[in-house]
Amino acid sequence: MRTGHDLELIHVTKRYGETVAVADVSHLFRGGSYVCLLGPSGCGKTSTLRMIAGHETISDGSIVLSGAEVTHLPPARRGTAMMFQSYALFPHLSVRDNVAFSLKMKGVDKAARHRRAGELLELVDMGRYADRLPSQLSGGQQQRVALARALVTNPQVLLLDEPLSALDPFLRIRMRAELKRLQRELGISFLHVTHGQDEALALADEIVLMNNARIEQAGPAREIFNAPRTEFVARFMGGHNVIALPQGRFALRADGVRLAADGAEAVVRAVEYQGGHVALTARMAGEQEILALIPESAFFADPKNPGDAVRLAWDEGRLHRLQA
Amino acid sequence: MPPESITVAGSFGTPPLAERAPRQRALASNHVTGWLLALPLTLVLLAFLVLPILMIVVVSFWTATEFSIVPAFSFENYEFLLGSDVTWRVLLNTVKYAAVTWAITLVLGFTVAYFLAFHVRSQTWQTTLFLLCTIPFWTSNIIRMISWIPFLGREGIANSALLSWGVVDQPLDWLLFSDFSVILAFVHLYTLFMVVPIFNTMMRIDRSLLEAANDAGASGFQTLWNVVLPLTRPGIMIGTIFVVTLVMGDFITVRFMSGSQSANVGRLIQNDIGLLQYPSASATSVMLLVVTLMVIGVLLRLVNIRKEL
Repeated sequence: MRTGHDLELIHVTKRYGETVAVADVSHLFRGGSYVCLLGPSGCGKTSTLRMIAGHETISDGSIVLSGAEVTHLPPARRGTAMMFQSYALFPHLSVRDNVAFSLKMKGVDKAARHRRAGELLELVDMGRYADRLPSQLSGGQQQRVALARALVTNPQVLLLDEPLSALDPFLRIRMRAELKRLQRELGISFLHVTHGQDEALALADEIVLMNNARIEQAGPAREIFNAPRTEFVARFMGGHNVIALPQGRFALRADGVRLAADGAEAVVRAVEYQGGHVALTARMAGEQEILALIPESAFFADPKNPGDAVRLAWDEGRLHRLQA
Repeated sequence: MPPESITVAGSFGTPPLAERAPRQRALASNHVTGWLLALPLTLVLLAFLVLPILMIVVVSFWTATEFSIVPAFSFENYEFLLGSDVTWRVLLNTVKYAAVTWAITLVLGFTVAYFLAFHVRSQTWQTTLFLLCTIPFWTSNIIRMISWIPFLGREGIANSALLSWGVVDQPLDWLLFSDFSVILAFVHLYTLFMVVPIFNTMMRIDRSLLEAANDAGASGFQTLWNVVLPLTRPGIMIGTIFVVTLVMGDFITVRFMSGSQSANVGRLIQNDIGLLQYPSASATSVMLLVVTLMVIGVLLRLVNIRKEL
């Protein structure tokens, strides 16, 4: 389904000298959706984001936003806005002037731009701090200001470069709920770069998983998690075992493995209590390590220790065949 | 032990006595070490800065005849100094040199530093070009200054080149021994003092701020004016203090480059010293010191350097 505000990458390539950071990537980002660009560091996800933002020139290919080619437009004329990893707030300007910065550049008069900045600050619940300097704010507050500043131009696509990586774990979870809420309220696309699969699963309508400068797999979060196409995807998303059987390689979700009276023989290597689950690592025949997430109550009904011999079983239907 | 430290110790649970004693001794010795470390510099500054200045202040109230200096407490020197319109003209001239030199070195220094910091991408080139800027400092400043004379004189390279190109039909007189040549020499000597601190603050500006400005639609000039310039203010201030104090205190450049035709306060002092009029020279020095400190005081008011460093 295509809407008016789709963002499309067409055979986009980025080369830095001899190295290829993004290799011939084509993808359609649907308008109004929350998309996470996910991947290990150096996979090209940030380069992709920066090319969309216009902060990086494109070696080959083109970018189309809302039906208009924006490949060579300057950042401010694309309909995108970027929120930087380190927030990049201007340290010499008050919170209000930071948010109003782009309006000032456009020549909007002071009263109007301050009014608009005030609205945005209310939206991110930072109205009280309008007169402070960025250095007088906590990390989470700085991030809200950065968000308000990016949104002040009414972008169709908001680009977020690892927005949560500088926050502590508790704040990170709170802010990601906030991001999702804002995206829903505003109805614009959020394109969020992250290397955390839990973040991507929690937020994304669509996950685009990149590896080695290419898109490894793209699709709804559940599809990526439940039907990984390749071994890389299965391993990167976590919670999966990749096992080699005579018929080929398969992904098997760790919570689909259980201890049973009959099944594959294995020796327990490690037991980790994780609250709701117990993570039991065992070694099967053929030196294959396998991870089983066993519900806490089931495990403690018959606890195992490293060195114990166990039998592991799973339903055939839970084996997912990998293409590579 | 002062009472508040007892409460503090109490609130964390008082440590056993045996543990407390060595900690206190360590604290006391830390204190002593700190003072000892600060002592040598304090002594040097006292002996070679504070005492001489006090001496100058004292001598400025003495009186002198042609043959002798008489310890006294008299305002004679100051009355003569402040009552003469020569002093005011010379002071005005000094401030003029400082202001014009400041303006030119600021524009040059900012441009050079901006180029080095933002346009030169590779660090090797940055270092190379920066070192290139310091090459003039490999020779003494007198030599650097005097080498302008054959270049700028009536028969000098500049005039003969202009004549042979047909730009002028007779040699330009104002090239040498004029305010032009004085300021030219000042700019030549002191621009680097502007470049270095500005370059330093510019290098500390987070590059993502420039991208953020670009993302917000700021043009190159808007970014320069709204982001780079305000963030470079501390460097500009430090450079300004360097240049202003150096130019205000100079006498040799003015003497050589103006061919003794114009004067600044430094020249007044030098003249007095030549005539062995130490009390009068001291009074003039005190005046110059006060004026320079006032200028710096105003600058420090404008920018809180300590906060911005």
